[in-house]
Formats: sequence, structure tokens, C-alpha cells
Amino acid sequence: MVDLSTEGQLDTVQMMVNMGPQHPSTHGVFRMVLWVDGERIVDLEPHIGYLHRGSEKLCEGELYVQIVTLFDRMDYISNLNNEMIFCRAVERLMGLAVPERAEYIRVILCELNRVASHLLFCGTFGIDAGAMTPIMYAFRDREKIQSMFEAVTGARMMHNYIRIGGVKGDVPDDFSQRMGALLKVLRQGINETDKLLSFSEIFLARTKGIGVIDAETAIAYGMSGPSLRACGVPMDVRKDEPYSVYDRFDFGIPIGEKGDSWDRYYVRVEEMRQSMRIIEQALEQMPDGPTITPSRLVLRPPQGEVYVRGENPRGEIGVYLVSNGADKPYRVKVRPPSFCNLMAIKELLKDTYIADAVVILGSLDIVLGEVDR
Amino acid sequence: MEPIYVPFREANSFYRNLYDLFAEWSFWGVSPIPDWLAYFLAGFLIVFAVVNTVVIVTTIGTWVERRLIGRFQSRLGPNRWGPWGLLTPVADAVKLLSKEDTRPEGVDRWVFNLAPLVFIVSPLLVFAVIPFGKNTYIANLNIGILFIIAVTTVPTIAMFMAGWASGNRYSLFGAMRGVAQLVSYEVPMVLSIVGVLLLAGSLSLVDIVEAQRIPFILLQPLGFFIFLLAISAEMNRSPFDIVEADSELVAGFHTEYSGMKWGTFQLAEFIAPFGAASIITTLFLKGWDGPLLPSHLWFFLKVCFVWFVLLWIRATLPRLRVDQIMGLAWKFLFPLGILNLFITAAEVLVWETPTTVQLWAMVGINWVIAIVCLVAVSHLMSDKLSTRAPLAPFPVRVRRDLREVR
Repeated sequence: MVDLSTEGQLDTVQMMVNMGPQHPSTHGVFRMVLWVDGERIVDLEPHIGYLHRGSEKLCEGELYVQIVTLFDRMDYISNLNNEMIFCRAVERLMGLAVPERAEYIRVILCELNRVASHLLFCGTFGIDAGAMTPIMYAFRDREKIQSMFEAVTGARMMHNYIRIGGVKGDVPDDFSQRMGALLKVLRQGINETDKLLSFSEIFLARTKGIGVIDAETAIAYGMSGPSLRACGVPMDVRKDEPYSVYDRFDFGIPIGEKGDSWDRYYVRVEEMRQSMRIIEQALEQMPDGPTITPSRLVLRPPQGEVYVRGENPRGEIGVYLVSNGADKPYRVKVRPPSFCNLMAIKELLKDTYIADAVVILGSLDIVLGEVDR
Repeated sequence: MEPIYVPFREANSFYRNLYDLFAEWSFWGVSPIPDWLAYFLAGFLIVFAVVNTVVIVTTIGTWVERRLIGRFQSRLGPNRWGPWGLLTPVADAVKLLSKEDTRPEGVDRWVFNLAPLVFIVSPLLVFAVIPFGKNTYIANLNIGILFIIAVTTVPTIAMFMAGWASGNRYSLFGAMRGVAQLVSYEVPMVLSIVGVLLLAGSLSLVDIVEAQRIPFILLQPLGFFIFLLAISAEMNRSPFDIVEADSELVAGFHTEYSGMKWGTFQLAEFIAPFGAASIITTLFLKGWDGPLLPSHLWFFLKVCFVWFVLLWIRATLPRLRVDQIMGLAWKFLFPLGILNLFITAAEVLVWETPTTVQLWAMVGINWVIAIVCLVAVSHLMSDKLSTRAPLAPFPVRVRRDLREVR
């Protein structure tokens, strides 16, 4: 009888693999120290802070109108949503009314930015799963959105378009027609990406049942946005606490079933369609009028504090703003959705393969600029 | 089995002409080249020509591949250097040659330097036994297909050399995956080839081409399917490119290589699809044989077509996970390979010398079996491959207003 057991003969050890900060699929400069047993992840230790620029502290040294540009640079995939949340905070603090037309322009651009952000996600998620074509399709469509942004705001990124009290200037004259054409192209593009990737048997095998998190745990970790909705929790600030003019539109909140990577992916695909519905309705309803409430360049909000919430493409963003009556804020604190979603990474990666780690991290759709600020 | 086999064949004209040229070359009746030298020169020239043709075709192939994938991905692809970017491969080569050849500290120097060389030899060796056209081949090895099976496993050794010598953990992962993948996929690959061998009655590739009264893809659909998957896995092409999965392992086993060493790896990886396409053409697509056009052109066209299909697969599909790939090989391709072998063996036993009608009956039977098997097993496997439940449409429960929340 041959003794086939290797017990006591083979000395196997866990291997430490340093994933990031220079790794192609940590979506920036995130670093994970993985302890692996073969291909299986036994333990991990996330490290953040490689992109820390001290944005919150910088805010304390800038005039209110200048801070908008800093918010642009936090979540650099969805600049407009970030600009809007800060402007809303200051407006609430000062009791500044925003013209109707400006609100509609804000909503249209923010939803368009949501589509752009989710398109980027769909592409990079395809790359994470090993498909190299979807990202090109996604970028082709995203590029059209960026051109649209350029036509309206003057910049492809870092727009500084949404100002305290309104928006920088009115949209171009042919905005509605161009938007209509753009939405048509986007619909086609999204359907194309969807067909190529979403129901591919291999893609399903890679993402279904991978990185499952249940609703309670997700809430306990403070997850929000599509990552939480994938667990079946229909939480969306646009519905729960409608801000701006969101209560005037008819749109749905897509939710997932199991809270796995595929649900997190498909919730975003579905959200793009809902965002386009909002844009269409907003274009129809958009009134004429001024686009900004005139205010002084150096704003001095009254003493006090305010916390506002908004729905970013990545989840719920919150801004806590304290003013002591000076021309610069006393304290600005941001609740970044990416950061809170990322906190669950240890839970999600437990007992998965290295290849899954990439997919799961990708499915959370983090932006390191926002995680580290 | 003898029937489909045509025993008569002219000698290798390609080779004989060159030999005659050297051997009969004479000055004033004195031949300066002895027999053995003429023999050597003729052989050397042919090998030289074939290797260079393969490398040049591959170099142009990289351009075609990048342009085509560009089209697949709705972009242009490289178009800066030369007309339509045709000089891009040249620019790439110049860039790679002039790059600094870095070697990280702590590598095993000899193994590290040797690995790219070992890696590139094997895809070139494949062409030694492939018949490129009527009576055109370097060697008519009587165990040609065995030679190919042996030679295609060599890159794995190089892969492991590179992965181990680099001293990088990602490289090591790539190497480990490469070895595991090869061990798994060698089995279905050989099983699928055996079906062809039974029909052809020979291991020589020259004989296999001539034995194909109709292309073996018609007689061996299941074998073709298995072989296509297995050879994709052997070449580490998508969807089986776990060895150098760029989103997981950075670049897998050649993470630490730079300059022309990396270029050598890359060249070998670009040659491999041409080698695989040649093997598939020879085994399943009737090789160089075809009507009207010259045989060499037929061979080239068929190879290009198969290569295009491989490219198409690469541009479309996501990557499988490492355990899913092993599962596919052992639970899916291995049983199918054995089934294919049994069916083919039974058919060869029943119809020892098939008439045309019987041959087409075989085609019908095999296609029906292939389709039934693939559909049945894929339904079974779609659960087994991963841990997921059967595919159900996504329930987008759309919440209309606040009352529906709680």
C-alpha cells in the first residue's frame, strides 16, 4: 500500500501578495495586502491614503466660490454631482433660492454625469472580468457625453459649472435637440454594451454569486447607492428625501436580488436607463428664466452648520458644513460614498479567489480620489 | 483503417529542386559543392525561408490583429506609421530593441535569460511538420502529430522558468496557472486528435491531409470543438488567458521582462495562433487542398480564416476563472473527448471502407451527436461551472413612490 498522504511531508505556507498601489485593476492607487493559500484569499489588509490631498482641510483656506473646484477633484468621475452637493450646502446655509431653470439644468447634467459614470463602470468592470471590448464601446458613448459637457460647461472634466445660487451660464440654444440626439445614441450604445457583456455565459459565471453581501451587513457597513440597492434595499436619496426638482419626475429605483457582483453591475445598467428617463422629462418641463441668483463674490454665510445629502452615482454623498460667519468655511466634512462602500471589502473578499478579488473590487466602483480626498 | 488513405505521393519537390540546384552547380565540369553540403544547404535554406516567412507573416499579423481588434472595438487601431500604419510593427521592434533591458535584483540570471529563447522555439518548431502546400513541407515525419503535441508543451517549461526565475509573486502565479492549465488541457486535446488519427490511419500530417476526402471538420465536429478550446487554452488566448490575466496578475509570467526579452515573449505569443491555425487547417480543414487556386494560397487563406476566428473569440469573450477553466477541461471536455473517440472508433469499425453515401451518413450522425452533446452538457455545466443558480431574468422591481418603501 502506497502512502499517498502528504501530511507532514509537504510544507505549505501562506503567501503574501501585494496587490497595488501599482496594479492595473485596483482602480487607482488602492492597495490590498492579500494572504493567499494557493489562489484562495485567506486574509487581506486594505491600505488607503495614497491619493490623500487633504481636500477637506484645503476647503478651510478657500473662499466659498473656490471650494467648488476642490469638490470637482474629489470624485473626478462625477464632477457635476459633487459640485451640486457643495452648492446645495452653501445655499441651504444662506437660505439662497435657486432659479427653476438652474435646477433643471443641474438635474439634467447630474443625471447625464451619472450615465457617464456608470458607462465607465460597465467598461472597466468588463476589463476586470477579462473582456476587452466593452470598455471601448462604453468610452465611445461616454466621449459623446463629455463633448456635450464641453458644449455646455466649457470643460470635459472639472467643469466648475454649478455655482452657488445657480449655474454658470445658460445652456446652448440647441441644447434640447442635441440632448435628444445624444439620448438616442446613448440608448443604442447601452443596449449594445448590455448585449455584449451582461448575459454572456462566461461573464455570468464570473460574477453571479461572487461577493455576496446581505442587506443587513451592507447597511451595517454604511454602504449606499447601487451597491446597497443590489442587496434589495430600495434606498435612494432622490426618492427618500427629494432635493432639487427630483420630486417632479417619474423614475424607478432598480434593485437587485442577491447582492452579488452581477446585481451590482446590472443595477447600474438599469439606472442609466432610468437616468435617461429623468433627463427626457426634465427637458420637457424645463422653464425659461434666469439661471443664477446674483450674489456677492465673497460670500459670508451666517454662523451655523448644515448637513445635506445627495445621490451620487456611487451612493449617498453628504456634506457637513460649519460656518463661523467668515468668508471661508470653518469646517467641511464629506461623507464619501466610495469610502463607505469600500469598508465592506474585507467582508466581501473572504474566502474568494484572486480573480474574484478583482471582480468584487471592480463591482464596488470606487474612485480613489474620493476615498482618500 | 486504410480506405481514405492515398498511398501514392510525389517526393517533396520543394526540397528536391533546391538540392538539385546545389548539387548540379559546376564550374568547368567540377562541382565545388559536395553532396553532403548541397544536402545541408538545401535544408538550411528551406528552414531559413520558413522561419523568416513565419516571423514576417506574424509581424504583419500583429498589425492586422490590432487593426481588426480596433474595428471590433469601434476605434481605428494603429494608423500612424506608414500607409495605414503598416510600419507599426517595425516601429515597435525598433522601440523594443532600443529599450533598456532591465533585470530586477534577485532573479536567477541564467534561467531568466534563457526563458524567452525556450519560449519562442516551440511555436516555430510546429511549422517543421506542417504541409504548406502540395508537396511542400520541411519534414514528413511519420509521427508528425505526436511531434506537435510534444512541442506545444514546451512553452510551459519556459513559462515556469520565467515565472520562477523572476522572483515575482505575480509571475509565480502566472507560471503555476500555466502548468495547471497545460496539464488539464493536454488530455482533451490529445483525445480530440485521436479521432482524426482513427479516420486518417496515420500520424503523419502529410498523410492526414491526403486522407481527407471531405474535411474532417464535417466528420469530427465534436473533436474540432474540443480541439479549438484546448488549443486556445494551450496558447493562453482569451477566454483562457489566465496565465497573463492583465487585470489580475499584471502580466503573469513575463511581468519582470522588458525590452526585446519581453518582445520575444510577445512575438512567440503572436506566432502561436498562426501555428494553431495551421494545425487546425491541416487536421480539420483538408489542409492545402482546394479547387482552382494554388495549394499554397489555399493553405494561407484557410490559416488566415482560422486565425481570424481565434481573434474574434479573443475580442468578444470575458475571461474564465482559474478553477472554472480546470472544471471545463475535466468535467466537460474530457468526457466529450472520450465519447467522441468511442463514436469514431465504432464508425470506423462498422464502415471500414466507406462509400460516399456512408461517409455523408457519418457526417450526419456525428453532427447530430455533437449538437445534442454540446447542448446537453452546456445545460448541465452552466450550473456546475460556477456556483450560481440557473439563469433567470433580472427582476427590476421598480419603486414608484415613497409608500412602497416600508
